[in-house]
Amino acid sequence: MRNSETLPLTNESDIIFARREVRSRGSEIGLSLVDVTKLVTACSELARNTVVYGGGGTVTIEPLSNGVRKGLRLIFEDQGPGIADLNLALTDGYTSGSGMGLGLSGARRLCNEFEIVSVVGQGTKVTVAKWK
Amino acid sequence: MTTTQQNKTLYSAIETDQANILTEWIAEQKKMMSQYGQAKEQELTQQCQTFLQHFLAAIREGNLDNMQSPEWRATYAVLEDVATIRGEMGLSPSETATFVFSFKRPLFASLARMADGNAEALAAAVWEATTLLDRLGLYTTEVYTKIREGVIARQQEDMLELSTPVVTLAPGILALPLIGTLDSARTQVVMETLLQTIMETGSTIAIIDITGVPTVDTLVAQHLLKTVTAARLMGADCIISGIRPQIAQTIVHLGVELGDIATKATLAGAFKLALDRSGLSIVKTKPALQI
Repeated sequence: MRNSETLPLTNESDIIFARREVRSRGSEIGLSLVDVTKLVTACSELARNTVVYGGGGTVTIEPLSNGVRKGLRLIFEDQGPGIADLNLALTDGYTSGSGMGLGLSGARRLCNEFEIVSVVGQGTKVTVAKWK
Repeated sequence: MTTTQQNKTLYSAIETDQANILTEWIAEQKKMMSQYGQAKEQELTQQCQTFLQHFLAAIREGNLDNMQSPEWRATYAVLEDVATIRGEMGLSPSETATFVFSFKRPLFASLARMADGNAEALAAAVWEATTLLDRLGLYTTEVYTKIREGVIARQQEDMLELSTPVVTLAPGILALPLIGTLDSARTQVVMETLLQTIMETGSTIAIIDITGVPTVDTLVAQHLLKTVTAARLMGADCIISGIRPQIAQTIVHLGVELGDIATKATLAGAFKLALDRSGLSIVKTKPALQI
């Protein structure tokens, strides 16, 4: 199994590269096509949030294993302005920008584990995981 | 030692030893670059001669501390040519910068002969020369990188055009097969091309096929919705096709509502629906040809 790796997220092509990497590593550990697609889509949403709202950051892709179960964890980190009201940010249809307001809440529904920590003025860290 | 004196040391070292330096320099480069090939030998000699000539002139006239001064312009121009030629030949940045860095050995040898045992003078002259050559060497890398960036930008533009063919399937029915990643720049082009073709052909139905789009996230969905709305304003109805099972499940979890937009799993399904709506149908008129 490959080690964890950290990729930069600063522009649109970084998002596409991160997505490709998640897709190939997801298939490698044997996630089904549906699960890979869900994880890649969640990655796309969160990576775009990091770039657009967080002013750029990184994503760390971590392989997981728990006995025979395997999984993949993605950690998105930025040093942006942070989110003042997490409940509001996680509400379907709310956006502080020009998107659909479904990225963050959608990503939560697409993954098995979801955790968000945000400090105003210091940055945001979103962790998601998908298990086989 | 003042700068003028160093200028002179450097200048006279090269000036008196010009022929030797040139021969050694060319030999040095041939050793390092096997790929360059015999055929290019004449070109290499030509490049080295021109560089040496302008470099020498720049040292004689120029300000060694300020390489932005006009005396250095001709030297930079030679390096631009060299970097362009080597970059387009597909040589690596190291092989490109070698042009300048390989000049050091013959030059330093010549300076040593000139210094004639005076270690202090030699050290000063070598330092002066190495500072100049390092800056020139880095410049070739900069030019090389710019050329490569140009190539990449050109390829990106090519892809932008490749990705947006709008085809007519039947009178009044258009199809837009999307392939690859729908980033903002591409979506803009796609949308414009589709709306333009709707106007030109007076079509009433447009099929947007996303079979070739690997990831449909909220941004892609938003772009699709906007395109459909704009097409509607122009009097054309859109059908979105190519929604595979995994994409359908992902869209549900994302919570994206496609509203009353007609969607189909395959392009064939969408085409049939479009024909139905237009009152057209495909009829078998005779047995299939035996080939």
